[in-house]
Amino acid sequence: MTAHPSSRPVLLTRRHALAATAATALLPPAAAAQSSSPESFAAAQQAILAGRVPVSTGLSLDMPTLSENGNSVDLAIKVDSPMSADDHVARIHILAEKNPFPRVATFHIGPRAGRADVATRIRLSETQTIVVLAETSRGLVHRDSREVIVILGACVDGG
Amino acid sequence: MANATLPARITMPPEARRGEIVEIRVLARHPMERAIDAPGLRPVPRKIIHTLRVTQEGTEIFRMDLSTGIAANPYVAFTSRAIETGEFVFQWIEDGGVTYERRQVLTVT
Repeated sequence: MTAHPSSRPVLLTRRHALAATAATALLPPAAAAQSSSPESFAAAQQAILAGRVPVSTGLSLDMPTLSENGNSVDLAIKVDSPMSADDHVARIHILAEKNPFPRVATFHIGPRAGRADVATRIRLSETQTIVVLAETSRGLVHRDSREVIVILGACVDGG
Repeated sequence: MANATLPARITMPPEARRGEIVEIRVLARHPMERAIDAPGLRPVPRKIIHTLRVTQEGTEIFRMDLSTGIAANPYVAFTSRAIETGEFVFQWIEDGGVTYERRQVLTVT
């Protein structure tokens, strides 16, 4: 007997689950630490957009334009959204153009969040462009990007 | 899969009015070991927290997929609308399947 997935009120829908499975397949397993061909930045962005054209409005990415230490760079994201049941931000992706693994993080949120407002700290290997994509429940994708100058890259000292 | 504990600081208000949006900040102590393969470095297997999942009464209110591109001692801030009094369950899932769990009560008035 298996529980029917739709009986549990979670944000994870079947489509998301499939996307998550696909994304996981691209990541190296814990044992085989370094994959020989990680997903490229362009491929990651295309996979998220899935043919949609992003709009450059409605998303604000707040992060320093110059970072002394690439091991920890603050980043905050806000998306203008009513966050209602039929119009809300569902996923927010952070992509780093030149990191060895460009897909830095994905946030899964929903109307329950009240606001589309998240923050974290990321690693940057070198000076590069950070791209943030926010997918809404209506299929719209918001995009913003920021060029960040990194003085000490996260890969230099192994820290 | 036993739930281990992880040194973590969860910052959220103990109580909120119904409908109020509360901000939740989570800081965990974890090296986010990313298996750097570089000359002169001893290779260490990748060991990161790849998922942070937050539920209340079984309902998922926030989930994040983390990568090696997230800084050590992963910090995350997000929001949630106060609907009902209950326990927020924070789960960090590490490479290899170990799950760390913490709980925090939000009282809705």
